[in-house]
Amino acid sequence: MTVVVGLVVVLPLLAAAVVLGFRHRSAVRDVLTLSTMAATTGLAAALLVAVDRDGTVVLRVGGWAPELGIVLVADLFAALILLVAFATILVVELFAIGQRRTPAGADPAVVSPILLVLAGGVGLSILTGDLFTLFVAFELILVASYVLLTHQGREAQIRSGMTYVVINLFASTLFLFGVAIVYAATGTVNMALLAERIPELPAATQVGIGLWFLVVFGTKAAIFPLFSWLPDSYPTAPTTITAVFAGLLTKIGVYVLIRFFTLMELDQLGPLLLVIAGLTMVIGVAGALAQDDVKRILSFHVVSQIGYMIMGLGIFTVAGVAGAVLFLVHQIPVKTVMFLAGGLIEDDQGTSALNKVGGLATSRPVIAVLFALPALSLAGLPPFSGFVAKLALVDAGVAAGDYVIVVVSLVASILTLLSMTKIWVGAFWGEVTPAAVPASSRRSVGVMQTAAGIAVLGTIAVAVLAGVLWPMCEEIAADLLARTPYVTAVLG
Amino acid sequence: MSVAMIIAVAGLAATGTFLVTSRSLSRIVLGFALLGHAAVLALLASGGRAGDPPIVDGAVRPDTANPLPQALSLTAIVISFGLTLYVLALARRQQILTGDDLVEDDVEDRRIAAYAELRAAASDETRAIEEQHEDGSGGDAGDDRNDRGHDPDPSPDGTLP
Repeated sequence: MTVVVGLVVVLPLLAAAVVLGFRHRSAVRDVLTLSTMAATTGLAAALLVAVDRDGTVVLRVGGWAPELGIVLVADLFAALILLVAFATILVVELFAIGQRRTPAGADPAVVSPILLVLAGGVGLSILTGDLFTLFVAFELILVASYVLLTHQGREAQIRSGMTYVVINLFASTLFLFGVAIVYAATGTVNMALLAERIPELPAATQVGIGLWFLVVFGTKAAIFPLFSWLPDSYPTAPTTITAVFAGLLTKIGVYVLIRFFTLMELDQLGPLLLVIAGLTMVIGVAGALAQDDVKRILSFHVVSQIGYMIMGLGIFTVAGVAGAVLFLVHQIPVKTVMFLAGGLIEDDQGTSALNKVGGLATSRPVIAVLFALPALSLAGLPPFSGFVAKLALVDAGVAAGDYVIVVVSLVASILTLLSMTKIWVGAFWGEVTPAAVPASSRRSVGVMQTAAGIAVLGTIAVAVLAGVLWPMCEEIAADLLARTPYVTAVLG
Repeated sequence: MSVAMIIAVAGLAATGTFLVTSRSLSRIVLGFALLGHAAVLALLASGGRAGDPPIVDGAVRPDTANPLPQALSLTAIVISFGLTLYVLALARRQQILTGDDLVEDDVEDRRIAAYAELRAAASDETRAIEEQHEDGSGGDAGDDRNDRGHDPDPSPDGTLP
């Protein structure tokens, strides 16, 4: 299984190079991209099964001792998120193939290879057991995302792309400073060794390191007040790109936050995290209510939902962290499919502005269903996955006595439902608007709807499998908070 | 960590941050170059005192420098070099599209600014009406104005002095 840990990172990157060579031969390119993503998703699934059965798998790259070399660590948390992330990229790639013939679609010659690079970066950042490799993995993801965001070279994309690039470059530079600070304080960048050494540092140094990385990872995760780049840049990109960004990029930030804060035992920052979580939820959803375009509304909801995961982390109990992990697993497919549904509207009507679209519930019932199911899940209504995840978080909050954040999270939930209703009333009810653009071919619409349908099934699967997932999330949370399983697995 | 190193890192970071906050992308690129240098120097300083070259004939020497920060620095330099080129390409594209390389306000800022202008215009108008009413004499003119003036936002703070 140690080979698989390496393969899930290397395979997409190698395939990216090959696909780049075949980028103008569409059949070869699509088959290669899809089969690579399918294979890596399969490997990730096998890894999850193996890790669940036999425990954490550690790959020492080049056979170096963990103090000297790079380690890739696949514990249950990493394996679970890896599987969800790769499955999401696979679905989006399928959608992209359907969308390529439409005018709004992204250029597949660019998207296919770069999406594979992104997958490699996502795999590396989830698996790495080393702070500096995490920096490199983040850069890999970011460079891929810069290209995906701006490759069409339209004016709005360049304008918002600049903000996106500048803010993320600044965060990356801060990350580099953070690595220097940590190395100066502890003499290592290996996360397992850091888990042993950081709790021995003076309390002030610990808090300083914690705050520094809260800013670094918080910018990636788009927490309050570091989120302003997100609603500005995401809506300008083609649907495929926005879907993968919304589903994955911020969630990788949250994943790393959870990993770092639990491993370095930074629970003294819990109350601060709760304040940030509350503000992120409320301000995100308030921003969404002020918008009148489907993609912009959804972008603000990306921010709002991040608050829930930070809330789970901030509670710092097994139930809280388990809730955050479950929320992460639920959010990745839900956010992706919502943007895919938004993309279907845009493809059908030529715009996603609420005042120019209407009556889709009668004219396009399939899109209505594909939007309604994840929207209800996002708002947290039973029996969907959002309900399960939010129930877990609220339960953990009440058990820990953090009533304020529980109330805030419920209010934000109601506002989320209100905002989903706004989209529903605006786009799906009312007068049927004639499409402003010529209809896409039936085949490409079919492929796109199939891809979105698979993603909807994924979100429902999270709710159906909650009985299996929840004990797994609890086990993950217990291991994360105990810290010793990770440390002993890496250091041996 | 020597004092000279601290001053160098602080100076580079301060100048770099100042440049990054400016609007012109070419200044931002320079800012990131300086910030990158600051980060690399900080990484080097984190390895402790300077010493002999770390990679020698295999013999262990007591006074060698720590090689790890140097390896990290090299990686960081390569990455920042690539990204600098990317940002320059972005600036060039922006120049082709709009004739300059300024980072523009985001959509939300522009909407808020437009709304503020609307409010300001509305409050100017109501104030003019009130002043004419307070004069008492110019009733006709005031009514006339009131008929024409469609107040877009008759909120209470619009009438505040």
